[in-house]
Amino acid sequence: MRSEIILRMEGISKSFPGVRALHNVDFVLRRGEIHALMGENGAGKSTLIKILNGVYEKDAGRIILEGRPVHFKSPQDAQNMGIGTVFQEIALCPNLTVADNMFIGRSRDAVVRWKQMNEKTAEMLNSLGIPASPTQELASCSLAVQQMIAIARAVDMDCKILILDEPTSSLDEDETKKLFALMRELKSRGVGIIFITHFIDEVYEISDTITVLRNGELIGEYETAALSQIELISKMMGKALSDVAAIKKHELSQSDASVPVFAAKDLSSTAGVRPFDFTIHEGEVNGFAGLLGSGRSESVRAFFAADKVTSGEVKIKGKRAKIRTPLDAMKQGIGYLPEDRKAEGIIGELSVRDNIILALQVMKGFFKPLSRKQAEEFANQYIQLLGIKTPSIDTPIKSLSGGNQQKVILARWLLTHPMYLILDEPTRGIDVGTKVEIQKLILKLAEDGMSLTFISSEIDEMLRVCSRLIVMKDREIVGELRGANLTEQNVMHMIAQGG
Amino acid sequence: MGPLNRSQTKARLSNSTLLFIIAGIIFLLMYGIALISFPVSFRQFQTFFDFFNLNAALFIVTLGMCIVMIGGGIDISVGAVCGLVTMACAMLLQSGTGNVWGALFLALGIGLAFGLMHGFLIAYLEIQPFIITLAGMFLAQGLLTTLHKEPLNVTIPAFVALRRFTIEIPWLGTVNRLGVFIPCEIKPSVFVVVVLVVIYAVMMKWSRFGRNLYAVGGNRQSARMLGINVKKTIFLSYVLCGLTAGISGFVFLMTTGAGNIGNGSLYEIKAIAANVMGGIMLNGGVGNLLGAPIGTLTLLTINELIRAAGVQSNLQAIVSGLLLYLFIVLQSIVMSLRDRRKFRLALPPWLRRFREHDQEEAAN
Repeated sequence: MRSEIILRMEGISKSFPGVRALHNVDFVLRRGEIHALMGENGAGKSTLIKILNGVYEKDAGRIILEGRPVHFKSPQDAQNMGIGTVFQEIALCPNLTVADNMFIGRSRDAVVRWKQMNEKTAEMLNSLGIPASPTQELASCSLAVQQMIAIARAVDMDCKILILDEPTSSLDEDETKKLFALMRELKSRGVGIIFITHFIDEVYEISDTITVLRNGELIGEYETAALSQIELISKMMGKALSDVAAIKKHELSQSDASVPVFAAKDLSSTAGVRPFDFTIHEGEVNGFAGLLGSGRSESVRAFFAADKVTSGEVKIKGKRAKIRTPLDAMKQGIGYLPEDRKAEGIIGELSVRDNIILALQVMKGFFKPLSRKQAEEFANQYIQLLGIKTPSIDTPIKSLSGGNQQKVILARWLLTHPMYLILDEPTRGIDVGTKVEIQKLILKLAEDGMSLTFISSEIDEMLRVCSRLIVMKDREIVGELRGANLTEQNVMHMIAQGG
Repeated sequence: MGPLNRSQTKARLSNSTLLFIIAGIIFLLMYGIALISFPVSFRQFQTFFDFFNLNAALFIVTLGMCIVMIGGGIDISVGAVCGLVTMACAMLLQSGTGNVWGALFLALGIGLAFGLMHGFLIAYLEIQPFIITLAGMFLAQGLLTTLHKEPLNVTIPAFVALRRFTIEIPWLGTVNRLGVFIPCEIKPSVFVVVVLVVIYAVMMKWSRFGRNLYAVGGNRQSARMLGINVKKTIFLSYVLCGLTAGISGFVFLMTTGAGNIGNGSLYEIKAIAANVMGGIMLNGGVGNLLGAPIGTLTLLTINELIRAAGVQSNLQAIVSGLLLYLFIVLQSIVMSLRDRRKFRLALPPWLRRFREHDQEEAAN
């Protein structure tokens, strides 16, 4: 039994310069349905959502809302047509009261009627069961309640379609439950909800229907009850279950008996990963596998103290080490190549040379500057070694291609001779040739005795390079694979069953 | 957060209210200290009224600054604009071509012109307010010295009458040594201050513009998502601040009766300091407008205290500076204790970006 369709998106296509974000995607939403939109990074989920809520304009296709074709020119347009969006980052003002947040920006009246506003808000909060008072400052509400207030605002604006973009990513279990209760209440009122999340279990708990996108194309629409977790994951990753790729065998480089280069116990950080243990031996290459948002990056960031470490202890070559800041980690011989190259890796205005020597200079301390000659020597050496294509060593790094930028950052870390190097998505957004070069480099570095952790969204890549995979799901480690067990199928099974 | 927050459905004090109460307590404390240390002068009501009589222009400048600060901005041109207005009005009045009303319109016009220009450049061209209003400050100062270098007394009778006009409070006053009752005196400029405080306070609490400004100051991105015209709101806040600076110039002239190069100098700094003492956060979005006059009173009390103590004037500045440090750190501590967040200095948005950038660089 399926209820009336309120939204139909047909043949939606959208391209950005150089990227085809969506190609001929259909999407259907019914009244009173919770519809999960699933896909890995770059699948086109957010593009689809942004076309629906008026942030982007589509290149091709039709949007039919309640039987009528519509065209949104701005988010305001979409809002007026009854499409409400609640973002992961709560778009409310923390310094205003709850009632203020419900009504601000909506009325054209010059005067604010507090009494009326507070009464209406109290009514709304009561009917949706949101534990907040209208006169309370929003900042004093928990994140979940803030999220709910954002939803209440959308509901009060007569939304027929509610888009929830990763609403649970910053909520704890208890808060998530409350949010789900609210979603069910809205569902019973006939609101169609589009739900985006990276947590597979949540999808199965709350959604009726799942639409899977991959690489900007529609993979299919499924009833949640009829799709197993493993099928869902395989559809998201785009790997048939029977497809067992030929994988190069790895020998485990060291026996577990030797003293690990780096060992962490009960480590957790403010980024919100459950406390976990981890060890890595000399010359080992291991990887963290899992879907986007499973906590891969968050885990390795804790090794480098890139987020504030909240618990746990770290041993370097068997000795306890205090790592409070990235500089501590660097001094202990740990290098970290961050996932977000633009924000955390390169310093765009600085030259290739300066970017290369940056980490070394930081470790030496600023009072012992590298001489220009030395810096040039180092830079030239690594430009040759890694084959960095740059007009000169004085070129600002921002004018280099993504792959070459990545190599510069890699050079930066290699120059400090770390004994343990963490590479978080080093191959994202770079061409295939460079990808292979970086993979080869990783294996060579390991041969020379460096320990490496390698993270990639492309599971093939990790299987090719890593001798051990730590599998994560919903911010928890669910298992470990090594040797002959290192297959794509096993990884997918582990994600599906774990947690 | 913890379960504490979740069960907490009762409304707790908002940050604005809390900081306002703290500001009030600090003022009372300072005035109390003044009363104990120098009972002779401070016990006279006239001393209190003189704060307003002599510094009405500063109170008004602080109000305008307060509005811009709530919106998350800053306007450091206000002191120079105030000075420029005093001189321009004095010249107009002395030239014999204009009357008092003409001077008032000129004051409003100059203030409005600066406000419109700053508002446009900051809101619509998205330039850092600090830089823009710094330029405005130089421009106003330059115009001021170009207009007239010497002090210019206003001698036309209509204006002198306005300046001399005082209101006596017959039931309030002191008896001097000869046993003569001296009633307290209030200048008309005090009424300007009171009227503006009431108008602005009502506006910030009950008008759409006022609420929008709080929203913009609290989180600009969110405010836009909530359907607020962010640019227009910021634009209006600077226009209002400029206009207020214009009014303050006229009031300044009403107080001193002369156009002078030094008029209104450092008022922008004093206004920022007074607002901070009044619990208006530089971050924007937090602060009660009534904190502006309270903060000004605190500042004046402290200055008066130091002056009465007979300390050298350079020491005065040092003490004011140290106290300001204290207030800003205190605010940050109170705020961070509230949110159980990591302690961090309350920095305005136009400084924060650089700071975060620095941290990024340090992390690399």
